[in-house]
Amino acid sequence: MSEAPKRQPYTAPAPVLGPGQTSYTSITEKISSIVLTPHTPWQWFAVVAVGLALMGMLQVAIVWLLYTGTGVWGLNVPVGWGFAIINFVWWIGIGHAGTLISAVLLLFRQKWRTSINRSAEGMTIFAVMCAGMFPILHTGRPWLAAYWLFPYPNSMGIWPQFRSPLIWDVFAVSTYLTVSLLFWLLGLVPDFATFRDRARNVVTQRIFGMLSMGWRGSAIHWERYEMASLMLAGLSTPLVLSVHSVVSFDFAVSIIPGWHTTIFPPYFVAGAIYAGFAMVLTLMIPLRGLYGLHDFITPRHLDNMGKVMLVAGLIVGYGYFMEQFIGWYSASVYENFMLQNRMFGPYGDSYWALLTCNIFVPQLLWFKRIRNNIYTLFGICMFINVGMWLERFIIVVGSLHRDYMPSSWDMYSGTMWDWMLYIGTIGLFLFLFFMFVRGWPLIAIHEIRTLLPVGNKKH
Amino acid sequence: MAQVFHRSINWVAKFSIIAILGLVGGLFSVLLNINRLDYVSGVGVARDQPVPFSHKHHVTGMGLDCRYCHTSVETSAFAGIPPVETCMTCHSLIWTEAPLLEPVRAAFRDDVPLQWTRVHDLPDFVYFKHNIHVSKGIGCTTCHGAVDQMPLMKKAETLNMEWCLSCHRNPAQFIRPRDRVFDVNWTPPADQELRGQQLVKDYNVRVSQLTDCSVCHL
Repeated sequence: MSEAPKRQPYTAPAPVLGPGQTSYTSITEKISSIVLTPHTPWQWFAVVAVGLALMGMLQVAIVWLLYTGTGVWGLNVPVGWGFAIINFVWWIGIGHAGTLISAVLLLFRQKWRTSINRSAEGMTIFAVMCAGMFPILHTGRPWLAAYWLFPYPNSMGIWPQFRSPLIWDVFAVSTYLTVSLLFWLLGLVPDFATFRDRARNVVTQRIFGMLSMGWRGSAIHWERYEMASLMLAGLSTPLVLSVHSVVSFDFAVSIIPGWHTTIFPPYFVAGAIYAGFAMVLTLMIPLRGLYGLHDFITPRHLDNMGKVMLVAGLIVGYGYFMEQFIGWYSASVYENFMLQNRMFGPYGDSYWALLTCNIFVPQLLWFKRIRNNIYTLFGICMFINVGMWLERFIIVVGSLHRDYMPSSWDMYSGTMWDWMLYIGTIGLFLFLFFMFVRGWPLIAIHEIRTLLPVGNKKH
Repeated sequence: MAQVFHRSINWVAKFSIIAILGLVGGLFSVLLNINRLDYVSGVGVARDQPVPFSHKHHVTGMGLDCRYCHTSVETSAFAGIPPVETCMTCHSLIWTEAPLLEPVRAAFRDDVPLQWTRVHDLPDFVYFKHNIHVSKGIGCTTCHGAVDQMPLMKKAETLNMEWCLSCHRNPAQFIRPRDRVFDVNWTPPADQELRGQQLVKDYNVRVSQLTDCSVCHL
């Protein structure tokens, strides 16, 4: 801030917390009142009902899939990978924002993260759970998948192919889920203890008493807590980069034109952060209105997240541009054909829709007025959510449907069962997220207290 | 305010950590061992058969060679289950009135084969061939155990894939001279490892290819 006066005119950044939150008590009151109350807003019931209905559809789709086999999906030769991997990558990508917010922004001491990190981490875990369903279900016989996926001394005396990126994926994603879950639950412990102490009936008291694992808030507890949370942040930080890099290897290690590209790892990571922030905002903007969290999730948060999306989107745009450039520069007939086919082939309209959603529309974020208007911001996020799904569709189907051998070319589209499974996981995600919102502290109370002037004196 | 939990709950909390580890370990050991249990693999279990045929009596007692009944073992994938006529070469002359052998006589009379229950049954995606094993010096007893000592036929080995691979990865430990393949009394000599390596070389067993998927799963 010391160089600020040189640059005219300078306006101080908006405070992280809104003017309504001035004391420890008001913060604790506000956040615990969402959970420790018999009153539930009707909008919550509406969302959970939608989630449950979609989960019912998900169940039907899963049962029919397991009963009949993966033939119910739209897969064919040469498009042997379809919705399952598209949805897997889409969901995994969405999870990345949570890890970035909770780990990387913690290490960079970005204080504004505290109002959104808890719910973003929850989003991460639920998104990874949705993602994990697809690789398990695409095996067709998940009860046998134990030995296909995990290396253990099985009675066949064989191991998974360790040279395959698909097995790296198993490790990357399971590590990601474990570390994210631990990080999330660790951060929840002090808040569970707050809820335990504020609960008015025995059952709630006992539930939060068990979850808080004997937290008393002593100095030793806090010291260990801080150390553990720093260590987990350190563990999570490389995961932000590694998980989606490994996911991109699924494609990049193969020799299909459009997949075999060295830019895939960084471009996938940027895409993941892009998609993740769009999903955080998609959830936060309605939630903020529903529970009146305007003092916690302030215009500054929305503004910052808009900027992160803009940057990530530009990196993704650079990735698209580089794919095109290297395809042309390689002078390989196959790469050239792939580019032609991607832009003007049978899936060309999806490609232009993807560019519109991911590159053109989000350029509106350059304008402060658009970035700070929740309606336009929400709209742009929806464009990005769709665009990131289309991106994976273009990568997977656009590259496979016309491979090296014209005699095997074929078109691909998801069947009814593909769509039911995909939309069903969105229902599962909504259900899990709203159960979390209703039952657990959706904002880190103990962390947000440190943002108050009174809690900030030690710095 | 009263405490939420009694202090004895501390013990439960600590114990639950161990219990979770135990639960995970237990599940893991079930996963490891389920296919290796005799109950699942059927090792040592005598199946119900139409006639209680005794390999011990016919091989050790009468001195029959394996190939007297399993005629196609050297030339075909399937070792061959003898037709009832093979039984009747002797049993039309001896034990002709034995009630135990009535199903055999009935099968011969009505020209309906005996319905034996298969003891060594591999999954249908495994394309096992007897002839190649026999001609490369893998003896009957190596896989089927001491059949000459079995009053009722039982599996001696699990036939799990890890068991197949234990030989396919290192056949030298089991291979024997070709002329001893049908010798039920053959036991590995003290220097089997050395002799085995020589035989692997002599019989042109290409060990590096023996674990290719397509060797057994086509």
